[in-house]
Parts: sequence; C-alpha cells; structure tokens
Amino acid sequence: MKKVVGVINLVDEKNTLSELTNHRSFASVPFAGRYRLIDFSLSNLTNAGVNTVAVFTREKYRSLFDHLGSGREWDLDRHQGGLFFQPPADEERRSTGDIQSFYENLSFFKRSLSHYVVVTNGQLVWNVDFDQIIEEHEAENADITVVYKPCDDPYTSGSHYNVLYTNDDERVDRLNLGVEPLPGDNVFLNTFLMKSSLLISLVEESIENGKHESINEAIAANLDRYHVHAHHFGGYVTFIDSIESYYRYSMEMLDPNVTQELFYNTGPIYTKVKHESPAKYLESSSVSNSLIANGCTISGTVENSILFRGIRVGKGAVIRNSIIMQKCEIGEGAVIENVILDKDVSVSPNESVTSEDQPRVIAKSTVI
Amino acid sequence: MSRKRCVAMLLAGGQGTRLGKLTTRLAKPAVPFGGKYRIIDFTLSNCSNSGIDTVGVLTQYQPYILNSYIGIGSSWDLDRKNGGVSVLPPYMGQKGGEWYRGTANAIYQNMYYIRQYDPEYVLVISGDHIYKMDYSEMLDYHEQHDADATIGVLEVPWNEASRFGIMNTDDEDRIVEFQEKPAEPKTNLASMGIYIFNWKALEKYLTEDEQNPDSSNDFGKDIIPAMIEDEKNVFAYSFNGYWKDVGTLQSLWEANMDLLDDDPALILNDPAWKIYSVNPNQPPQYIAPQAKVTRSLVNEGCVVYGDVYRSVLFYGVHVGLGSTIRNSIIMPNVKIGANVTIENAIVESGTVVEDGMTLGSSDGSISLIADGEIVSVPK
Repeated sequence: MKKVVGVINLVDEKNTLSELTNHRSFASVPFAGRYRLIDFSLSNLTNAGVNTVAVFTREKYRSLFDHLGSGREWDLDRHQGGLFFQPPADEERRSTGDIQSFYENLSFFKRSLSHYVVVTNGQLVWNVDFDQIIEEHEAENADITVVYKPCDDPYTSGSHYNVLYTNDDERVDRLNLGVEPLPGDNVFLNTFLMKSSLLISLVEESIENGKHESINEAIAANLDRYHVHAHHFGGYVTFIDSIESYYRYSMEMLDPNVTQELFYNTGPIYTKVKHESPAKYLESSSVSNSLIANGCTISGTVENSILFRGIRVGKGAVIRNSIIMQKCEIGEGAVIENVILDKDVSVSPNESVTSEDQPRVIAKSTVI
Repeated sequence: MSRKRCVAMLLAGGQGTRLGKLTTRLAKPAVPFGGKYRIIDFTLSNCSNSGIDTVGVLTQYQPYILNSYIGIGSSWDLDRKNGGVSVLPPYMGQKGGEWYRGTANAIYQNMYYIRQYDPEYVLVISGDHIYKMDYSEMLDYHEQHDADATIGVLEVPWNEASRFGIMNTDDEDRIVEFQEKPAEPKTNLASMGIYIFNWKALEKYLTEDEQNPDSSNDFGKDIIPAMIEDEKNVFAYSFNGYWKDVGTLQSLWEANMDLLDDDPALILNDPAWKIYSVNPNQPPQYIAPQAKVTRSLVNEGCVVYGDVYRSVLFYGVHVGLGSTIRNSIIMPNVKIGANVTIENAIVESGTVVEDGMTLGSSDGSISLIADGEIVSVPK
C-alpha cells in the first residue's frame, strides 16, 4: 500500500456558529451527543489506514488541543507517524490564506516520505471511505481528485462555499470559490487527494509567485494544467453554516437510518473517552425520540432532544426540541424548549428557557 | 526497576463455576457488570485511584478475553514506564511447570515479579468483587499499626456469617483467631479477601507454606492462620462501604439491581473515583418515540423501541417495538426483536431473541439465557 498522510485543514474556518464558536474552533463544536465535529474526518482518515495526520489551525485551538491530546483515541499515538498539531509557526507571513500553513509545514510533507496527501477539514459530519477515493484516483489516472456532493440542502447560506463543474468524464473544468450554492450545485467538500510531490510544488509555486492565497485557489487556477478528477460522495454529509443549520442537522441524528450510516456502515467514529457511567433513568423519567449519552441521570421528561454526557435532569423538568451539551444541570420543574445549551449551563428549578421558532443559544457556563 | 512502596497482586484466575454458562468462555473477573463494566474494572480502578501503579494480574482459567481486555492497562491509566499492569499466567520453567494450585501458590510462583520492585508492602486482592475502596488508607492503617499483615473486613449479617472467613479480634483490632466458614461464628467480621503484607514477612510465609506438603496453599486457610499462630501482628481493617461477591447468578442479579436505587450504595459516576473500563466506541443511545424507559441503566449504542423497566442494558442492545424488559440484565450486543417479553432474566452477550418470544418468569426465579439455553435458579 502506498503511504498516505492526512491533513485536517482548519485554517480558513468561518466562525459562523455565534456563541458556539466564540471560544472554540468550528472543528471542536460538540455534535451528536458525544462527539466533536473533527472526530468524523479524523476517524475517517484513521479508518483508511492513514496513520500520519497533521491538524493545521490558526486560532481558538485550546479546546481542540484538549480534545485530541496525544491522538490515542484515534490510534494516532505512534512512533512512526502519528498526530501532528500545527498551530501557526513564528515565521514571516508570506500569505494571508491557508497556503501559509502548507508552506510552513513543507518539511512535514517532505519528511513523511508519503506518496499521497489527503486534505480535508473539520466541519463535515460524514463517514467516507478514503481508500475507495484513492482507488478511483489511481484508476482515473488523475493528478488531483476533489470530493463533492450535490447540494441537497435548500437552506445553505453565506457565500463561502466552493462549487465545481465537470465535463462528461467527471473531470473538473471550473471551480468557483466563495459562492452561495443553489440546490443541485456540486459543492466542493474542501477535501482532495494528490501526490505529495505535486502538493509541495503547488505550494512552493504559489508562495514564490505570490499568486495564490489559498490551496483551493491554487487548484482552481491549474485545472488546465492538471487532470482534476471529481469524486461524487454519495453518502450522508452535513452543510453546517449557521446555528439554524447546526440545530437542523443535529436533529437529523434522531433518525436511526442516519445514525446507522454514520456510525455503523463504514468505520467507527472515535472520540475522547470520558469514563462516564451508563445513563440512568429514574422512576419518574419519560424519554422519547431522543439521543442520550452516558453519564446522564434523568428524572424528568425529554422529548425530541439530544443530551450530551453527564447531564442531570431533575424531577418534573421538561426538555423539548433542544440540544443540551455536556455537564448541564436542569433543575426540578424547569422547562427547556427549542434551545441549545452550551456546556456547563445550569438551569435553576422551575426556571424556563424557551424560544418560539429559531433555536436560541445559551452560552457556556451560564447560570439561569 | 525502581523501587515501589506497594505492589498489588490481583487474583483473576477463578472460574466462577456458580455463574454457570456465563463463564463458559471467560473467567469470572471478565463477566460483564453494571451496563458497561467487567467485574475486574472495580479492583483495577481502585488500584489506579489509590495511587497503586504496579499491578500483577494472575490469570489461569479461560484467560483470552481477560488478557485482551486488560491490554497494556491504558483504560485504567496503568500503562506505565515503570510498573503498570502485567498479566501473569502460569508458566513453564527449566524444571517443568504447573498450574496455580491455590491463591498463595499463585503469588509464590510470581515472587520474581514482586522482587524486581523490592516493595515494602504487597497488596493481595481478588478480581471477583464489586466495591470501591481506597487502598492507600488501608496501607496507612497497616503502617500505623506496625502490622505484618492487615486484612480488610466487613460486618455481614449474623445469619450469613458462616458462609465467610470470620475474624475474631481483640479490643485493638488485632486478629486473634481466623475461622474459615465456621458453623458457629463468634463474630460477624468477614474477610473481604483483601490483604496487605509486609513483603519480607509474606516472602517467608509463602516459602514455608510451599514446603509443607499438607498445605492447600491458600491465603485464608493456610497463610493467615500460620501468621496468627506465630503471634505476628495481624490486624483487621474495617470497611463500611458497599461490597459484594458476585459469585452466583442471584448475587450478580442483585448487585446489578442495587445500582437502580434512587441513591444507590455504589455510586458509579463519582468524578473523584471513576470506574474505568475499555470503551466500546458506540454512538449515544437512541430512545424511540414509542419507548418507555424507567428505573434502568442504559449504555451507549443501545436502540430502544420497547418498554424497559428496572433493567440494565449493556452497549449495543436493541429492543424492538412492543417488547417489554423487566427486572433483567441484558449483556452487550443482544438483539431483541419485536413483541418479546423478558422478565427476571440475565441474557448473555450477543444473544438474538426472535420476535414474539417470552423469556424468564415471575415465579421468583432468575433465568440465565446463554448459548441458546435457559437455566433457572431460585432468586
């Protein structure tokens, strides 16, 4: 097998999740009851046998660093390869975009002696088989393979998507950067594969000529020069770009068909282990259509909601259509409806936190 | 190896005959418990939480699952450069080899392991019991009393005392007599199978015991009585918390049900005393709109469409629509179809229960469903 290194590129993340991304990177936003968004792409890489992964970051990486640790949970605590956490180097900035991070880490690509590089990001909830993409890349004799998904979400917002157009042979002939996609557009998932040697020369060239600020720009500008193959990802994937879409995609996790595909059909999704006890349901608990993580103690009512690890729900409390993050305390008789409680929020007995239509976010460690 | 103050020797070779088919393929310490754990997690977590970082685990009966579960001990923070966990099976030497003949003989055969750490004390524990205990406090007690041996003891109901090894102590907690399963117990202080020895004293007594052809090479029957006979300083250390020997289907079932109380005597989610276990890597549990779950423990990876009352569900259990689970323990990855009734039962890992089946009964017995067979025992 040819050696592959992975990059999780968080440099150009947009902090569009208001309170949820005020103090943490997009990639470390909690999702689906016990995960952080980065767990999906990172697990996909290790499930494909990629045992050298670099995480490029620029800011707000404290919680990410804490989450990833030595990489042990992803089997990335290795003598050969492993997890490389790459915050900005103390070097002269040659570019304002993510090309700078690739440039600062050229020695990482050179030293790794790898044949291929897979670059992905930390905000996609998906379970992709990278082995299959590598096979297709080789069969197509491509120089670069980019991964896309036709946009099936009518609510995507903001012009920070990249849309690609292909000819009949699934060869990319146009890549439009920074646009708002329409339903049916082929959204580039900012995930691509190429030979390490090609990546190194693209980065060096971009920096030396001062031509491109981002790696995507470098790809978009070289569609004539290289055979850029488009891989259609057919599985489940999220387009999270706002609190509203974060909420909506979270609620899709209440569909057992979605969780079956995400967590069981391909490889497992790993995350940081907390050693919580199983969830405990007391005599007065009433739970329906909900995802409950370990360490929860439930005496109240929970409907259409997602409870992260270690939450206490007091007697008579009611939680509806809400996302409750790690270690929140919901006092007796409290009412929570249509809200997202960030970590460590404490709601006093009989208080009510509700919202009419749009989900409301309560910031980390708030006491109500 | 640098010196260690205390090395733990964890006896984990037991077959657990009274657990029937649950121990066909695994040793008793590897039997699942509490929705997420294996029995041995409690003693390994106790060691880790007590600051004991050198643990020899003595295995013998059906060791594979236990060995692979323990691994290098990383789940319990026992993957250490100096010390850590070591699995110690019986072995062949130049002059042949033999099985562990008794608890004392098992330690005797591994004295080389203890010697390399040159410890002051050796803690001998068993991987068969459910309890949380700070061994460092017992070690302090042992030092303060200038003891040669200290035995963890627990007050048991008088009518059960004759099932245990019973200690008779003087006013200063010194053990003056040890009776193994006495017909007429003089006290109700039972041995918990937890011993701290001064290593030099233990080394001497193990060596002498080995030379006695009449000995059964057992701590309770031979080593402790010999030390008391010699008027060594043997003290009783009282423990007041929850402790349970889950050696029978009844006691295993009871101990699981104990966890379902509003304020259980054994708290599993104390952040200051976590019970560690190997993580099965499953998504959170899904409770469907039609489901009803009350007074139960449910682990990740479970998908529940039916009714679950007063039961313990391990990871990866599926409960189909219209099914009812009551007073039962459902071990990992059991798939329960639709319209199934399970009552007062223990269902072994990986069992598939077809639609419409009724298992267990309400006649006061507990049923074990394992290997496609049902065995009932009185509650």
